[in-house]
Amino acid sequence: MNNKIKFVQGNEACVEGALYAGVDFFAGYPITPSTEIAELLSKELPKRKGKFIQMEDEIASMAAIIGASLTGNKVMTATSGPGFSLKQEALGYACMAEIPCVIVNVQRGGPSTGNPTHVSQGDVNQARWGTHGDHSIIALTASNHQDVFEMTVEAFNLAETYRTPVILLFDEVIGHMREKIQIPEEGELPVVQRLRTFVQKGVDYHPYLPREDGRLPMSDFGSEHRYNVTGLFHDMWGFPSNNPKVVRELLHHLVDKIENNVDQITRHKEYWLDDAEYILVSYGSSARSAIHLAKNRRERGNKIGVLELQTIWPFPKELIREKCAGARAVIVVEMNMGQVLQQVKCAVDDPASVFLANRIDGELITPTNIKTLLRVIQGKGV
Amino acid sequence: MERSRIVLSGSGGQGVITAAIILSEAAVIYENMNATQSQTYGAAARGGATRSDIILSDSEINFPKVIQPNILVCLTQEAYDSFSEIIRPGGILLVDSKYVETKRKVDAKHISLPMYAKVMEEIGKPIVFNICMLGALIGVSDILKPESVMKVLKTKIPKDFLEMNQKALDLGLKMGKDSIA
Repeated sequence: MNNKIKFVQGNEACVEGALYAGVDFFAGYPITPSTEIAELLSKELPKRKGKFIQMEDEIASMAAIIGASLTGNKVMTATSGPGFSLKQEALGYACMAEIPCVIVNVQRGGPSTGNPTHVSQGDVNQARWGTHGDHSIIALTASNHQDVFEMTVEAFNLAETYRTPVILLFDEVIGHMREKIQIPEEGELPVVQRLRTFVQKGVDYHPYLPREDGRLPMSDFGSEHRYNVTGLFHDMWGFPSNNPKVVRELLHHLVDKIENNVDQITRHKEYWLDDAEYILVSYGSSARSAIHLAKNRRERGNKIGVLELQTIWPFPKELIREKCAGARAVIVVEMNMGQVLQQVKCAVDDPASVFLANRIDGELITPTNIKTLLRVIQGKGV
Repeated sequence: MERSRIVLSGSGGQGVITAAIILSEAAVIYENMNATQSQTYGAAARGGATRSDIILSDSEINFPKVIQPNILVCLTQEAYDSFSEIIRPGGILLVDSKYVETKRKVDAKHISLPMYAKVMEEIGKPIVFNICMLGALIGVSDILKPESVMKVLKTKIPKDFLEMNQKALDLGLKMGKDSIA
């Protein structure tokens, strides 16, 4: 038996990925369907000299990981819809103060407490705009457990590289389902370590003075240097400023550091796209149904392909436009009322050729659900 | 091998989901197959109908839910009444004879075995009912080796309980094999 092969829930694959990436600190408040992430890390982190704290609520959990990150830890929290709502204010603080952190949202039906034990992908827009004010954000997803592992590692890497919160948007089916994963050997996947300042102790350190490449080396808060951290617009020292130039430049910096690197950040998968007349755009557990249907139709000679998004935000507009350019129709397969649909419509040359195959009743969308719409589009009847 | 689509159903607390995890883990770790295992989750921890979907295959599995199982196990009347209609025509329908009265309305090979009664008679502990059911399932379907199930159990339960589980598995296996002989 190869002990690197495991049969696990998606939530456990996420924990394995986080441990591989070197998570040191987790603070959270358990909520279905994400609870297993907290449960497993409560066992694993203490063994590795990490810290696990169950906080009084999701607001405190988000605040705790921000503090822990500043002191030099790789940090994560996990939640679902209602908890994700509570985290939004502090998430905005992490955007503004540029604090690396990973927030897992295993999506369930909403709004409000909604449909706790059933699947949904209704938080796509909340991941983008849940916190107020102009900002940019990174959100990743995955449709199988090997990818859950890899995207979790990637989330930590991107959080450290771009000094930003990164959201892992999984869903109930992925979180609770079990399947095989193979844990990669150490070194097999890149693991980004935090960029720390070379400024000596006792020498002035400017926490928000970018290097030539735009990156901001960090100093573990409470150790070598004294500096200020605030949710207000701030100068290179981290002190509050309402100087219009400072405000404008900081906001541009927060947005540009992500939006100017869409190509580097974007991850996706392609299935039979080369000659595809019909393209299914999907992500997360819905993508499994899309791939299932496409594979099945290909065997019958239908030219169908799948574009699976692994990066949801920043939205890969160029990729979508380019890949869908030759298609007769594009069908977005998702479990919400059309959140990625709107983005795809904005991205393609012909928005009228973009359709939605969705399911919003808490059940996983089936290949047959997609096929029914496809037949209508193809003019073959229901 | 052909793709096996299995639904195990019963009532919360009977160990249906645990059995489903053990079966699919055995297939993945010890028989080099692919498997997905999922379950319908209610808010209740005990009682209420539970259902777990398993797909075993040599190839990649995408859609993880089972629409038409070729093997359906029902351990309560409620589960039977809810799920018997979804069975794939010609499939195997395995039920416990103490809990389920079958109506034979569906086109399937009906196998009704006194799994619970036998476990109580020979072992006296209802906790291994689900393992006996796994034995019977393997006995009638031959989807994997019973040793693979024991290998998984060795990693999951205390040593002192292994003998009891082995006995329950063997009981089910024999009943299953005898029923199709």
